[in-house]
Amino acid sequence: MTERAINWFRYASPQAFYPLAGRMIPWFWALAALFGVAGLSIGFLLAPTDAQQGEGYRIIFLHVPASWLSMFIYLVMAFWAGIGLAFNIRLSGMMASALAPTGALFAFLSLWTGALWGKPMWGTWWVWDARLTSELILLFLYIGFIALQAAIDDPRRADKAGAILALVGVVNIPIIYFSVKWWNTLHQGASVSLTKAPSMAAMMLWGMLLCALGCWMYSIAIALMRVRTIMLERERHTDWVRELLTEQE
Amino acid sequence: MHWNSLGEFLAMGNHGLYVWGSVVVMAVLMVAEPMLLLRGRKTLLERLKRQYRAERSEATRARAVSNHRSTA
Repeated sequence: MTERAINWFRYASPQAFYPLAGRMIPWFWALAALFGVAGLSIGFLLAPTDAQQGEGYRIIFLHVPASWLSMFIYLVMAFWAGIGLAFNIRLSGMMASALAPTGALFAFLSLWTGALWGKPMWGTWWVWDARLTSELILLFLYIGFIALQAAIDDPRRADKAGAILALVGVVNIPIIYFSVKWWNTLHQGASVSLTKAPSMAAMMLWGMLLCALGCWMYSIAIALMRVRTIMLERERHTDWVRELLTEQE
Repeated sequence: MHWNSLGEFLAMGNHGLYVWGSVVVMAVLMVAEPMLLLRGRKTLLERLKRQYRAERSEATRARAVSNHRSTA
């Protein structure tokens, strides 16, 4: 038991995590492709027409996964940033930095697909209501995190400053999530929640969940790829990176 | 299969522009992100290897000079 605990801690060092991440990346790409193809096939080829929204509702298979991931990645990013701040673990800060651009990507996609869905259904691309505005703030938080880290030369200080921003910004996540309950909004309520049965056809639900899983696996694959590059960049003065790169010649 | 023809599939019940506008942008960005990452990684690897090579040849030269001095 103790041996196993030690083994886990071993991977907190970039040197040990680098090859492990490299081995995991292809598996997550394979899972992302598998879930993505399955989800999109169900969503775009098999799922029935929506009674109210016709075929336009199919944007849900992109919009909901993008929105979920934009919020979930922020929580994971803030978690790693917090761990890094509390325990001063190098790898945690690198993980947070690796997640931010992908989170920003999904926040943007959530807004983009939302606008394209809003136009035919609500008659407008955008309204300044609680759900949409708080999601826009999420995108700004991601951009702020990236910009703040880029503005500080010393990576350890950049990690700390970014971590504080990320942790303060966490307050926005429950605001996004509950905004459709707390305020009157054009945005529809949650189709899927933890507390009650989903209010949609099984086929639609499965398509959506599989697409979300696909996006999730994509995010893991991308974050692992990015963290490996960040590791090499930040640890370039260490022996292990030097040995790794000169061995390959 | 829900669709009777390709035309029907592409039209998406008159919502084609909105549906495909979402699909295309999402697909492009999710393909571009890993490609940019791979390119950035390649550039970094080349830069670091160049740097290490320069440092090594610098070290070899320094050693040669000091050897030369000690034998002279």
